[in-house]
Amino acid sequence: MTVKYTKDHEYVRAEGDVYVIGVSKHAAEQLGDVVFVELPDAGKTFKKGDDMAVVESVKAASDVYAPISGEIVEANSAIVDEPAKVNEDAEGAAWFVKIRASDPAELDAMMDEAAYAEFAAES
Amino acid sequence: MNAQGRPSRPDNIAATDAPTFTGNKALQIEEDLIFEVGDFAGTGVDFPEPDGAPSRLGGLERDAPIGLPGLSEPETMRHYVRLSQKNYAIDMGPFPLGSCTMKHNPRLNEKVARLPGFADLHPLTPEAQAQGALEVIDVLSTWLKELTGMPAVAMSPKAGAHGELCGMMSIKAALEARGEAATRTRVLAPESAHGTNPATAVQCGFTVDEIPADKTGRVDLAALKDMLGPDVAGIMVTNPNTCGLFERDIRAIAEAVHDAGGYFYCDGANFNAIAGKVKPGDLGVDAMHINLHKTFSTPHGGGGPGSGPTVLSEALAPFAPVPYVVREGERHTLVETRRAAKEEGESAKSFGRLTAFHGQMGMFTRALSYMMSHGVDGVRQAAEDAVLNANYVQARLKSEMTPAFDGYCMHEALFDDRFLKDTGVETIDFAKAMIDEGYHPMTMYFPLVVHGAMLIEPTESESKRELDQFCDALLSLAKRAKAGEADAFKAAPVHAPRRRLDETAAARKPVLRWTPPIPAEAAE
Amino acid sequence: MRYLPLNDADRRQMLDIIGADAIDDLFADVPAETLNAAFDLPGHVGELGVERALSAMAAKNQAASAGPFFLGCGAYKHHIPATVDHIIQRSEFLTAYTPYQPEIAQGTLQYLFEFQSQVAALTGMEVANASMYDGSTGCAEAALMARRITKRKKVIVSGGLHPHYAAVTRTNLELHNDDVAIAAPDPAGADDIAALIDEETSCVIVQNPDVFGNLRDLGPIAEAAHANGALLIAVVTEAISFGAVKSPGEMGADIVVAEGQSIGNPLGFGGPYVGLFATRQKYLRQMPGRLCGETTDAEGQRGFVLTLSTREQHIRRDKATSNICTNSGLCTLAFTVHMSLLGETGLRRLAALNHEAACKTADALGAIDGVEVINRNFFNEFTLRLPANAEKVVNALADKGVLAGVPGGRLWLDNPDTENLLIVVATECVTDEDIAMFAEKLAGEI
Repeated sequence: MTVKYTKDHEYVRAEGDVYVIGVSKHAAEQLGDVVFVELPDAGKTFKKGDDMAVVESVKAASDVYAPISGEIVEANSAIVDEPAKVNEDAEGAAWFVKIRASDPAELDAMMDEAAYAEFAAES
Repeated sequence: MNAQGRPSRPDNIAATDAPTFTGNKALQIEEDLIFEVGDFAGTGVDFPEPDGAPSRLGGLERDAPIGLPGLSEPETMRHYVRLSQKNYAIDMGPFPLGSCTMKHNPRLNEKVARLPGFADLHPLTPEAQAQGALEVIDVLSTWLKELTGMPAVAMSPKAGAHGELCGMMSIKAALEARGEAATRTRVLAPESAHGTNPATAVQCGFTVDEIPADKTGRVDLAALKDMLGPDVAGIMVTNPNTCGLFERDIRAIAEAVHDAGGYFYCDGANFNAIAGKVKPGDLGVDAMHINLHKTFSTPHGGGGPGSGPTVLSEALAPFAPVPYVVREGERHTLVETRRAAKEEGESAKSFGRLTAFHGQMGMFTRALSYMMSHGVDGVRQAAEDAVLNANYVQARLKSEMTPAFDGYCMHEALFDDRFLKDTGVETIDFAKAMIDEGYHPMTMYFPLVVHGAMLIEPTESESKRELDQFCDALLSLAKRAKAGEADAFKAAPVHAPRRRLDETAAARKPVLRWTPPIPAEAAE
Repeated sequence: MRYLPLNDADRRQMLDIIGADAIDDLFADVPAETLNAAFDLPGHVGELGVERALSAMAAKNQAASAGPFFLGCGAYKHHIPATVDHIIQRSEFLTAYTPYQPEIAQGTLQYLFEFQSQVAALTGMEVANASMYDGSTGCAEAALMARRITKRKKVIVSGGLHPHYAAVTRTNLELHNDDVAIAAPDPAGADDIAALIDEETSCVIVQNPDVFGNLRDLGPIAEAAHANGALLIAVVTEAISFGAVKSPGEMGADIVVAEGQSIGNPLGFGGPYVGLFATRQKYLRQMPGRLCGETTDAEGQRGFVLTLSTREQHIRRDKATSNICTNSGLCTLAFTVHMSLLGETGLRRLAALNHEAACKTADALGAIDGVEVINRNFFNEFTLRLPANAEKVVNALADKGVLAGVPGGRLWLDNPDTENLLIVVATECVTDEDIAMFAEKLAGEI
């Protein structure tokens, strides 16, 4: 199973015919204790790069951009209720949304795990 | 010889921090919320009995309980005095918050602001019965225009950020008059700017781009020139800037912006460094707000009220907001509405109204009292002493701490956290340790362009003796951090009314008001 | 100079340690041709001289307490207990900064928490912030907040909204090319504002009691707004009315903005005042301004901090809910101290006394030939229709020592529909003698 990353520290993981999206473990660490998450409703569509979600710590707020275009299939209400989960398991149980991609080719330009690790170390 | 004499030396005092029954610590007394102290039927005022005549409220009487406790007068006094003793204040010691200018607040200002002719005056009093109030506004305007070298000033902005709004609205109105409001939509501001700058620009319908800084902590002029173009409405630049440095290229910056058809908004938060020394009008500024609560000593009051009169250039003056005061001979009149302004011809383009009434009159009287006391010679001396004090602090601390930039600073000295590298102590820990030493911490983590920023603004109100002790204390803390006492820093403060507070919990489950405790039976 | 502790010997010694020859070496970055400019301003003056000069200016004004006084329209004369002014002048409150270091600012934070709790209770809402500059700027901020929530660009403003509030709102919303429809002045307080609401409406702004003093049930307007997906913003300029009139929250408002000056703060020629701002829990994150929240410290003790700051400019910058930074700190303290003294019992009684004074004043003035009281109902403020231009009458009465009210011409310029209207307020400060003198002088003038 492959995971891809964006320069804005989102990850995209294929799961069946949908893609699971969240913020990277590195991003969660940088943010500090996450206190608030806002997610889009299922059924909404986004173009790549649109503001899609918000994640906040006490001292920082970040917009989460849609890494790929498509329609939201499911939003993870568990992290809305308990934002701390993002710090505990960013790339696992604390995924943000599942998206049905309209153009999976958009993934090609993203970084793989190794490239992202290098990118994250520099930033 | 009196064998019953009480011990007069603390020989056998145990060095423990034993808890007390009450939770109080001598002069530090714990105090519950008024909702817990007060009685929901109680009151601390005596009123006559209403005569019980039929109500003319049209059936809209408030029948349900409101839920407000009342306290007797002694309980009220004690409650708030106890609360006050949990606060740090300028009157207690140095309050070196960079960019905030915590200077001495003269009590003469408080006294004159409370004269009944000012404090007990209705804003819609007929003009003939309010000539003295209009005169205060006019005289203060004259001072502000002369000190800034600008031809006009809008007095109504309620605070610095409101003044920014006033300036940017004037710029937008001027662009509209030129027919360029739809095309000039970008505002440029440095990354080191106060957060209010980008927020204001967006509130005016502009977009914001960041101007890069050069290696000396100032605006990169060449990069700025590359960004300017026919889509730029203007720039927002703080000068002296938030790194405590004067923008050397200020005149070239202004010229470049004007050549590109834009306007220069100067954030005047740091005007106190140059008041009485330099006229911003000579530097090419089009609009600048003045924080009366910083430069001109009106009290910060725990976060307000402020006051942000905004000076305007010839190009922007016609667009100033209503109301404003016009003087003809000895008589002052008020121009109150946009329509009236239009009838005055030149003022036809006023962008509108920023607030009900005339602005922060209570701050005007205080600021004018301060200015008249100082005189222009005192204002200049205050700026010089503020700059001197900041440079003295920088000079004394640089042996142990790391100034962010080389050279002299203006009214505030900026340090980064390089001196804490590998100590395990972070800027916030250093700041919290200052609390235990009896100081309010400096501004921390701002400006954003410097890692772990510590911005120290001593102001002119500190004596050399006070500064020496302050510097000695910081040097000792820096040495302790480097000596490996990280754990002590992480635990600080230990002597304050509260230890470090859990901001994460506060944000995750916000509790923003008191609610009655749930009775035990209902909770089951 | 009495405010400056350094002497010349200190300055010389400090320059030596800095390594500078002269003070202007520190100003070397300032363009030389602009440094040490000449100023046409006077030199320093001792305390006596300053007090004398400013007292002379103050003496040219007619204070509200100097004689019979009936002005309102957004600023109200009420008695302020002596305790209030003593507490707000304590150094620890007066000379503190925004409570960014909560360990040494619990005094400020706790009173802000108490203030928020009081405001939420008074307005009948779920959450309140730690204050805005004043009621009028709060009104504009509420319209901007409604715009963020509904993502619509049309504001409907009742003809009963204070015209300054309407103007501030329009000035702010016009920046985004929004449509701000301000209804004509409506002295009868009965305009059919609900009929103007449509599916493009972001919010409808209604003042209660309105600028003419009329009361109305906001319930039907709230229903009409909600049916169209719009918000109801209720404005209150006289905070004492909270002690007598059903709260905006009870009548379905989504955002309540109020001028809090009436409680604890002097008239002060228009400022500083204190804007109250309250809303429903579900809109919390779109709220502007500071919020204080409860938490615990490292030892588990209750304490307070500023919270949800990610909405604010110092963190969110260009995406903040508002550019507001400074609030009305010390005015919120005055408000909360006065409110603590009043309690519910005192507030209700104070409101009843205000209503009683207004009823008496309306009866006395309405009995004058040619003078008509327009209102069917009111709290402590009502509107008279005079047989002459009200501004001229007010100026004539002012010369006789009676500050008679706010003439229509002061708020609506050159509007023949309002130029004969006189808006009158009577608070607990008004005596029977004041009312008699007002009635006598008014009868003599028309």
